[in-house]
Amino acid sequence: MEGDTITAISTPMGEAAIAIVRLSGDQALEIADKMFRGKQLLKEVESHTIHYGYIIDPDTNEKAEEVMVTVMRGPKTFTREDVVEINCHGGLVSVNRVLEIALNSGARLAEPGEFTKRAFLNGRIDLSQAEAVMDLIRAKTDRAMNVALNQMEGRLSKLIKKLRQTLLETVAHVEVNIDYPEYDAEEMTNQLLTEKLSYVKNEIESLLQTAEQGKILREGLSTVIIGRPNVGKSSLLNSLVHENKAIVTDIPGTTRDVIEEYVNVRGVPLKLVDTAGIRETEDIVERIGVERSRQVLKEADLILLLLNYGEALTEEDRKLFEAVRGMDVIVIVNKTDLNQEINMDEVQELAKGHPVVSTSIKEEEGIDELEESIKELFFTGSVEAGDMTYVSNSRHISLLKQAKRSLQDAFTGIEAGLPVDMVQIDITRTWEILGEIIGDAVSESLIDQLFSQFCLGK
Amino acid sequence: MKRYDAGTFDVIVVGAGHAGVEAALASARMGAKTLVLTLNLDTIAYMPCNPSVGGPAKGIVVREIDALGGEMARNIDKTHIQMKMLNTGKGPAVRALRAQADKFLYQNEMKKTMEQEENLTLRQGMVEELIIEDGVCKGVVTKTGSAYSAKTVVVTTGTYLRGKIIIGELTYESGPNNMQPSINLSHNLKELGFNMVRFKTGTPPRVNSHTIDYSKTEIQPGDDVPRAFSYETTEFITDQIPCWLTYTGEVTHELINNNLERSPMYSGMIEGTGPRYCPSIEDKIVRFNDKPRHQIFLEPEGRNTEEVYVQGLSTSLPEDVQRNMLKSIPGLEKAEMMRAGYAIEYDAIVPTQLWPSLETKLVENLFTAGQLNGTSGYEEAAGQGIMAGINAALKAKGEDPVILDRSEAYIGVLIDDLVTKGTNEPYRLLTSRAEYRLLLRHDNADLRLTEKGYEIGLIPEERYHRFLYKKEQIAKEIDRLEHTSIKTDENTQIILEKAGSSPLKEPMSAASLLKRPEITYDVIAELAPTEVEIPEIVGEQVEIQTKYAGYIDKQLQQVEKVKKMDEKKIPEDIDYFAINGLAKEAKQKLAEVRPLSVGQASRVSGVNPSDISILLVYLEQGKIAKLAN
Repeated sequence: MEGDTITAISTPMGEAAIAIVRLSGDQALEIADKMFRGKQLLKEVESHTIHYGYIIDPDTNEKAEEVMVTVMRGPKTFTREDVVEINCHGGLVSVNRVLEIALNSGARLAEPGEFTKRAFLNGRIDLSQAEAVMDLIRAKTDRAMNVALNQMEGRLSKLIKKLRQTLLETVAHVEVNIDYPEYDAEEMTNQLLTEKLSYVKNEIESLLQTAEQGKILREGLSTVIIGRPNVGKSSLLNSLVHENKAIVTDIPGTTRDVIEEYVNVRGVPLKLVDTAGIRETEDIVERIGVERSRQVLKEADLILLLLNYGEALTEEDRKLFEAVRGMDVIVIVNKTDLNQEINMDEVQELAKGHPVVSTSIKEEEGIDELEESIKELFFTGSVEAGDMTYVSNSRHISLLKQAKRSLQDAFTGIEAGLPVDMVQIDITRTWEILGEIIGDAVSESLIDQLFSQFCLGK
Repeated sequence: MKRYDAGTFDVIVVGAGHAGVEAALASARMGAKTLVLTLNLDTIAYMPCNPSVGGPAKGIVVREIDALGGEMARNIDKTHIQMKMLNTGKGPAVRALRAQADKFLYQNEMKKTMEQEENLTLRQGMVEELIIEDGVCKGVVTKTGSAYSAKTVVVTTGTYLRGKIIIGELTYESGPNNMQPSINLSHNLKELGFNMVRFKTGTPPRVNSHTIDYSKTEIQPGDDVPRAFSYETTEFITDQIPCWLTYTGEVTHELINNNLERSPMYSGMIEGTGPRYCPSIEDKIVRFNDKPRHQIFLEPEGRNTEEVYVQGLSTSLPEDVQRNMLKSIPGLEKAEMMRAGYAIEYDAIVPTQLWPSLETKLVENLFTAGQLNGTSGYEEAAGQGIMAGINAALKAKGEDPVILDRSEAYIGVLIDDLVTKGTNEPYRLLTSRAEYRLLLRHDNADLRLTEKGYEIGLIPEERYHRFLYKKEQIAKEIDRLEHTSIKTDENTQIILEKAGSSPLKEPMSAASLLKRPEITYDVIAELAPTEVEIPEIVGEQVEIQTKYAGYIDKQLQQVEKVKKMDEKKIPEDIDYFAINGLAKEAKQKLAEVRPLSVGQASRVSGVNPSDISILLVYLEQGKIAKLAN
């Protein structure tokens, strides 16, 4: 296990302009030297430096790829081992080629998460950091990067600790009533208990709300553009893609030939889903009735509904409004370069409070407003997105949900009139679950709390 | 001193306090030829501090001792002056019995039991040295030169090891209540390589009952229903004596504040670590100075004495300050102080040097129990005592030890805490130390442990059969309630209304109905009468097990989870220092505690979950780093 050198593509497939092939292990530099044409990495270069050159195919001695190579010697690396990162042009073919050459040169393909596992096993990081790093690796936009960083720096930890402290004080109070029944401490009543617990429950719920956004940050806001034929869907797509440097990826091996395009709109990652299908189909209204299209709509986080400024609203348009009811929608009235035929009052009415943006994609007008309203929609209610604590790790989300359920059990117990020491079992459980998030489940803290909060003695 | 051969035994117990008596009785009753050596035969099962037994968690330990065939419960049932069920307004898991003891009767009664026990030899003598050959304990030597041989030895020396009493500016070497301290044995243990710590505890003054004005205090009577700790007790004491409650006040606090510089706690004279849960009154005033008054319970020390224990006033302030302090308390203005309070320092061994069987890792066949292991309290001592006695007798027979699980008994929690986490202050059992306290109730101690007591040989056949019958009755009655449907007829609604419950809309099983918080077993018995008579204790079990089934199941699931970790054994020859990735602190702690399972390892303080993951990775892959030969 130890000693061998592992390699993998360490950037998400097809999501960046630059992809990185990473090598880690005792042989990382030797292997890199075999495939790199440039400076002698093992002998000539300092640690933590970056070098220009080519990857060559050792079999044919042909240049395979133009690259930048970063050399980092252990232990000041992520895995504490020697690490070489080969930065090459994004794109499946070229990255795969480099990986293949690395494998041919003596590296072993890393198992999923093996870099993190090594970092963890080499004592570089703790469990919760390891998990944040996993998210870091998957982070797709700068903003997602910030969330991941914040978690590592302990923003989430701080919040969780605060909630645990509240629970701990509550439990200590219950405990003192139990262990010192004659001690003149105020009896913990169900009402008092409800007060304390409601606070914690509310906090957990709002954390879980951000979890949804955290997921979006990591995976992109699943976005579908709909509208009648010739309303400008393709133009809108091309415009978003063009402006925001999208990378088109074919994901092979799936039964349906889905095309997903990622664009980064003012920090909001959009995943334009199934646009191929939408582009191909002329009669979208008809297709709304088709189950699969419904599914696409159902899974969407955001709908961009296009209308034609130069034509009156049709029955089809109204049906579209009908189909997206209850979803996050931005209504785009396109082709403002034409004469107005559309009834804007009716549009506003149908939009039911959703933002309505006027554009002329052809004249490149209104795109800024559209992007601004996408950003606003995503960050509604937040003062400053960068200050929020997002929960983006699926393990954390699942633990928070467990904590919420456990607290709910406590409330149920209170309502059923169960004795306070039974209710306390669920409170303690909640405290433990929250502890699992920050990796601090067992400790003497309750006893410490008990004796610092109350004056007990014989 | 010339040594002579004084005899050979299977098991020798050093000390006859609460740990020693349980150890000796268990060992003797298991058939081991047992010798007890105590430095004073008049202080067997002596209570140097509060005259009470039981309370939350501790009271459950007393019942566990009873279910295992121990003596504490039976002894207090015969000798108490009052009994009280605590936490009756709360759930069944935290209810607990507490008795005020007649401490003189308690001693006499225990001595009588010891004297009458077959296989048990009771002798006065101070043990000064352990006989060790090649790391194995072979016997003990007393001050008078008698050398006893034994297969195993249990040391239960309480607070006597290098004991030192402190009252104000005065200090002198002494065991509790001016008894002889045990100096040489402490040196001997240190020479053998044991890591010792210095702990401190204390006791309040005693006053003469005649001189107390009880009219200024509140009465604290015992329960008016008969109570007993032991499941075997059939005769109950009805003639009870009350305790009394009063409070310290501003004057008391001022007095203490003005004399703090004379307090050994603050003048630096005391080096031992005192327990946070039983601070002296001066500690309370300093640490919680916003509390306007502190409770003082006046507890009679027995039926044939006027001495009253002033609970809440534990102190090491000088005698004159103690007198003035008493005068400032309502009811005690004219109280005659008969004995002064004092602090006592003593040596204890660091309990992580013990295996869960309470045998020391350093010396084979040597067991320790009680306050010597860093605990505090009679019940904690007795709980360890019975286990040390059982395991010493088993070891003498060449059999495997009995180790109680954390989900099985408070005694299991206590011992696991001691040997796994250690303690940096005298350890007191609290209900919050048990993670499965709903399973560790006072009402089901017999259901949890009688089987074990029988297997060990401490529960007689006849008692065991009564237990099995009770168990069967409970199971049958639960089954009956699950299969009995309660109809929605008028009779039902009347009974329900009378019980303060809402009417039944649809028929439901008697068991489901019993889950309503306000419905007791008696109500169910009225709705679904039985053909056979159900004893009250069976009805109580049926009610608790049915009503709280949801919570009980939840805890059982947690137990299952942890069990998996406890089943993953760690080889004894593991070398933690050769495991890459373990944090330095974890390596040191694990090497010190040498846990027997991953479960135990996960409870070692300073070992975090990532260390356990790494440990698991190594164990799973069979890549345990072995000790280099």
